[in-house]
Amino acid sequence: MRDTLSAKIRQFGSRLSLPFKGSSNIPIDGADETREFWALKNLSLEVQQGERIGIIGPNGAGKSTILKILSRITDPTKGRIQIKGRVASLLEVGTGFHPELTGRENIFLNGAILGMKRAEIRKKFDDIVDFAEMGEFIDTPVKRYSSGMYVRLAFSVAAHLEPEILIVDEVLAVGDAQFQKRCLGKMEDVGRSGRTVLFVSHNMSAISNLCSKGLYLQKGKAIFFGDVKSAISAYFENSMGDKPSLDSCLGRAGSGGMKYTEIWIENRMGQEVEKFSAGETISIVAEAEAEQYYQNNRIAVGFAIDTASGNRLFTAVSSWKGQEIRTDGKRIRVKCKIESVPLVPGKYYISASLIDGGETLDVAACCLSFEVTEDEMFHLRFTDGDFGILNLPYQFEVSHV
Amino acid sequence: MNTKFDLTIEPGKGFGGYWKELWQYRELFYFMAWRDILVRYKQTVIGIIWSVLRPLLTMVVFTLVFGKLAKMPSEGEAPYPVMVFAALLPWQLFSTVLTESTNSMVANANMISKIYFPRLIIPSSSAIVSLTDFLISFGMLLLIMFWYQFLPGWQILFLPIFLFIALIAALGAGLWLGALNVKYRDFRYIVPFMVQLGLYISPVGFSSSVIPDKYRLLYSLNPMVGVIDGFRWAILGESSALYWPGLLLSIVVTLCMITCGVTYFRSMERTFADII
Repeated sequence: MRDTLSAKIRQFGSRLSLPFKGSSNIPIDGADETREFWALKNLSLEVQQGERIGIIGPNGAGKSTILKILSRITDPTKGRIQIKGRVASLLEVGTGFHPELTGRENIFLNGAILGMKRAEIRKKFDDIVDFAEMGEFIDTPVKRYSSGMYVRLAFSVAAHLEPEILIVDEVLAVGDAQFQKRCLGKMEDVGRSGRTVLFVSHNMSAISNLCSKGLYLQKGKAIFFGDVKSAISAYFENSMGDKPSLDSCLGRAGSGGMKYTEIWIENRMGQEVEKFSAGETISIVAEAEAEQYYQNNRIAVGFAIDTASGNRLFTAVSSWKGQEIRTDGKRIRVKCKIESVPLVPGKYYISASLIDGGETLDVAACCLSFEVTEDEMFHLRFTDGDFGILNLPYQFEVSHV
Repeated sequence: MNTKFDLTIEPGKGFGGYWKELWQYRELFYFMAWRDILVRYKQTVIGIIWSVLRPLLTMVVFTLVFGKLAKMPSEGEAPYPVMVFAALLPWQLFSTVLTESTNSMVANANMISKIYFPRLIIPSSSAIVSLTDFLISFGMLLLIMFWYQFLPGWQILFLPIFLFIALIAALGAGLWLGALNVKYRDFRYIVPFMVQLGLYISPVGFSSSVIPDKYRLLYSLNPMVGVIDGFRWAILGESSALYWPGLLLSIVVTLCMITCGVTYFRSMERTFADII
């Protein structure tokens, strides 16, 4: 039986002190005032070899701090960490890159900083250049690179490390969609080859695709550690409260002129519902009010349905169906009927937007939630296995040939 | 299930395998020095010539000022320029290592806050860069000696020892100041001033034999006095008399400096990423 590699983190916190001094450097009341801030508090968990953990949470939760501590950049104030295996961390792309040096020189430099030996870098050099798709630009100084090229090269070097434990911190926030896909693919390869991965990101779909377990941190404390989909739901629910509404939604923006005042879901009978079974017909109903100055304009209404992990499932826009809406009265009520909603049981969120031409007047992200209830077919909750999101009507027919 | 851990991270406790780790990261010394040297000469025209010009010009100025104007005596038979140059070599090594090490930590702040490697590598690799400058200047010295047809004696074999002492002294001070500089950025300005002062106090432009005997031992508290005397002795041979008590004192001071430097650096190392 293989020995398990594990990073055991026990009871630790990391404290940053912010010293305050009086303006003339004279201590107040005879002593310096220091305000304590615990970036992490009482964190205790165990990671087994080969696990891929996604670390999620709002900004300031302590996600980067935990990575810094595991990477030995910062020291914990209290507690103990035990690690078996080589750790490589990617807290920033292009650490140590020097703008005056060429791409080739920087590959060696960056590789050495990340812990690769020179012989190893030389062996993997061609792979690194190919993955980054640098081609002939490898011998130009890095200061001449576009930001995309820079990021591709930097990630490429780090991607060819072969550590036992890989730690990645939101580095995929940069780069275009194609690049991000390739990076995630590469990280999946790393994970599949039995290495442990710790991944911090705000990109929930990346986390749920890559990771098997999730750690949800908030204000330095571990709120949840377990299966990744549950962690993501816990995060979403906490971010938006149990009952999101227009007033407390994930994000509200818009240039104004017209705003949503109410939004709800009706079933076929016109009753307001929060839950319904798969296959039922529902309507999303919203009321919006226009400002005095905003009259006689043609607007479009959009509704979107998202999963609890933030994936967009469906968008309905009134103008796509040729529906004309004018802001003649002060208030309008818009109803969007969706036949036979084919979703598996679970919690979903609705976002709504008001658009005038190219301008967004009002957009409320995840301002309403609804639940598709279990039925005879789906006893299991959707987190128990990946059976997809759609619940389409189907039939089997068997014949002998 | 038997799990043995490679690494335990705990607050405050020193990390026992540090020196072993330094050995594992040994290639990084080379790479960082290589980077600094490369960057220095990128997009320059006279870049590499400056390594030669700088000691040469200083020597010319010193010879004129101290030798001709102040009429300081040379040592024995040796030509004044050679005497000056023999001291300029270790002094420039010392001053560049000191200045570069002090600033090296802050200059690499980006790396310190984002990636782990033994931080001792940073000031040490800047010392390696200064060593290469030294080697270039040494080549120049040999040319000058050839010009004056002044041949060194057997003492020159001891040169590496004095070089080593100079390096250790500079590194000791550099580590200490470099660590301090992270927290108190004043040192960026204090150190060049110290170096400037040191250039005139140390026996670079003149021979330490001009110092009256009763002050000679006190004078040797400056570790560079012993080193420079040693260099002169090694290069000028019979012409230069070595003041042994002074040399011993300088060595002792040097050992203290390196011990203090490394200890302080290691104790502060864990906090660098937070305060840089």
